[in-house]
Amino acid sequence: MSASTAPSLAPRATVDTAVGRARRGPASRRRGLKHAGWVLLFLLPSAIPLIAFVLVPMVGSAWVSLHRWNLISGMEWVGLDNYAKLLGDPTTRKVFGNTLMYIAGYLPLVYVGGLGLALLLNQAFRGRSFFRAAYFLPVVTSWVVVALVWQWLLNPSNGLVNQALGAIGLPEPGWWTDPTWALPSVVLASAWKDLGFVMVILLAGLQAIPGDVMEAARMDGANAWQRFRSITLPLLSPSTFFVVVISLVNGFQVFDQVYVMTGGGPSGASQVVVGQIYDLTFRYGRAGEASALSWLLFALILGVTAFQLHGQKRWVNHA
Amino acid sequence: MSFRTTSHRTRGAVLGVSAALALTLTACSQGSATAPQTGDGDADQKVTVTYMNFSANGGHEADLDAIVAAFEDANPDIDVQVETLPYADYFTKLLTSVAGGTVSDTFELNFENFVTYAANGALAELTVENADAYTPSLLESFSHDGAQLGLPASFSNVVLFYNTDLFDAAGLAYPTADWTWADEQAAAEKLTDRAAGVWGDYQPISFHEFYKALAQAGGEFFDAEQTAATFASPEGIEAATWLVGKSGTTMPTEADGAGTADFDTDLFKAGKLGMWHSGIWMFGGLAEVEGLGWDIAVEPGHTQKASALFANGVAVSAKSAHPEEATRWLEFLTASDTTVTTRLATSWELPPVADQSLLDSYLDVTPPANRAAVFDSLDAVALPPVIESQQEMQDIVGEELANAAAGRKTVEQALTDAQTRVTALLG
Repeated sequence: MSASTAPSLAPRATVDTAVGRARRGPASRRRGLKHAGWVLLFLLPSAIPLIAFVLVPMVGSAWVSLHRWNLISGMEWVGLDNYAKLLGDPTTRKVFGNTLMYIAGYLPLVYVGGLGLALLLNQAFRGRSFFRAAYFLPVVTSWVVVALVWQWLLNPSNGLVNQALGAIGLPEPGWWTDPTWALPSVVLASAWKDLGFVMVILLAGLQAIPGDVMEAARMDGANAWQRFRSITLPLLSPSTFFVVVISLVNGFQVFDQVYVMTGGGPSGASQVVVGQIYDLTFRYGRAGEASALSWLLFALILGVTAFQLHGQKRWVNHA
Repeated sequence: MSFRTTSHRTRGAVLGVSAALALTLTACSQGSATAPQTGDGDADQKVTVTYMNFSANGGHEADLDAIVAAFEDANPDIDVQVETLPYADYFTKLLTSVAGGTVSDTFELNFENFVTYAANGALAELTVENADAYTPSLLESFSHDGAQLGLPASFSNVVLFYNTDLFDAAGLAYPTADWTWADEQAAAEKLTDRAAGVWGDYQPISFHEFYKALAQAGGEFFDAEQTAATFASPEGIEAATWLVGKSGTTMPTEADGAGTADFDTDLFKAGKLGMWHSGIWMFGGLAEVEGLGWDIAVEPGHTQKASALFANGVAVSAKSAHPEEATRWLEFLTASDTTVTTRLATSWELPPVADQSLLDSYLDVTPPANRAAVFDSLDAVALPPVIESQQEMQDIVGEELANAAAGRKTVEQALTDAQTRVTALLG
């Protein structure tokens, strides 16, 4: 890729320009090499932890995934047996199914909710800063605290939510004690917690929409819905894309809230992939299978993200 | 192997029980542990021995500290550093520290988990100086393939606790050693007063309660060769129905909070629980609750009597740099006079000492008044079934019983599913 092909992401453009310049002659190549040296030097502080705490463990887990290992005695080579075992195990299908169900509930909820909040908080009114901060507060709160609070709120026998539902004559679900409602409970708590994050990203996107475009549309007689549909949403698409990618990757890795709120139960009804990885390793001493499951999850996330990056060309407006 | 039930007289029962324990353990042994090199034992230099445990957690921390202080006085060359963890997190922490090579020099293990660590070479072989101090069968139960890989540290059992005030108010006679499930059921129904928030009974719907109830109903957990689980039998169904049937009628449900940490303890301490199946390690904590009238009885049986017996041991890590000092510490911790006195005086779990007369003073402490029930319970004991995939088996049984308790499956279906899944673990 050269500097002239208008790359989509700004940081990459800077590096590409440097490489482009380096092609011109020996003197500028030397300058380019020196430049590259500086770039590497500045990358080191983040590259070293990345290598030590991400790449090395990744290679390690790939190695472990080819062994039977109970964490206590030595490892025993089993080749791809762990993968074969997992692919034939109904529990694997169940935990992937639950994770996808979680994402299917969580993503629309958090996006629509976050967008609604962003639109509201993009208006000028008294106390706007307070609400912006208030909605962001759950994002920086520990998951354990949030999950415990939601566990109390959704307590099937004396929680606030069921008391409210009962007061207006609605049925009171068994939330985390009923397999049907366990996963929706987790979705609800997760969407509530992450709403502020989505709101902040979308709010920034909204504020980047040029006022003159809106004004022109208004003068041309476009009503509020038409302006939202034809200007706000398309111009917000880079922010939407970012939010969807991040939320999907986080969604696939959902763990804390499940661990605290339902422990994967009742009867495995809310067990997710990472929860299963945790149980296999730390409860059952089946580290090889757990590592293999991690790699299956990695492959899925990689595939979905690659698909999104490919698909974005159709709907993300980078103008 | 499956549990066994033994019938002997009171004190001698300890011996019989431990013999069964030993049999159970050696039956599923394989692999061997490697003996480490001996420590340097330099007297000028203070050696630090680390110790990780769960049984001092929740009220006995100071008692353990007292034992440590006495040991350090007698052994000025050794510095013992203690780490106490809650039981719920203990075995996860132990597993990860063994895997990460950061495990303490010495650590506590329960009987159920000893096999896993012994069979996988995580424990150092011990040279025990004063082997005569221990009840021989208890000592034997912490050996593996002929090697002494651990020392017995304590034993305890489960009894029926009851609130005397609630029994008096309901005009009911106190539970006796002759009680059966039917007597317990009748009393529980009369004691339950949901408007007042009072429940008649509490018995966790768990693996540990199930194998015991199964024994009380006369059933077997495994077949004789331990090649298949056999608990989905008529006796098993009877036992599971007994446990599950309490939930929501005489006992709080999961939605009420049952199964969460300290829920049952707090309920009993608050005087809102008529009867409670729990361990003798609760004596100390309950004695501190002012105005609470309570006593204990041998747990009710069904076609036969069976009480749970738990044995805890201690072991030296195969990776310890100071196995000799570590062993000296463990011998003191398990069988010294200080330990025996401390354990009895604070109503902690019982010491595994051979000299049964040392236990006499235990009976002099009250409450509970009927402390003899602790030893009477040893007349007929049910030991937990033990396999290498112990945690997984316990989770499966617990999960399927919860399915039955919540009405998601019939008791028959839940037990059949659990039996299939547990049998698959044996392969």
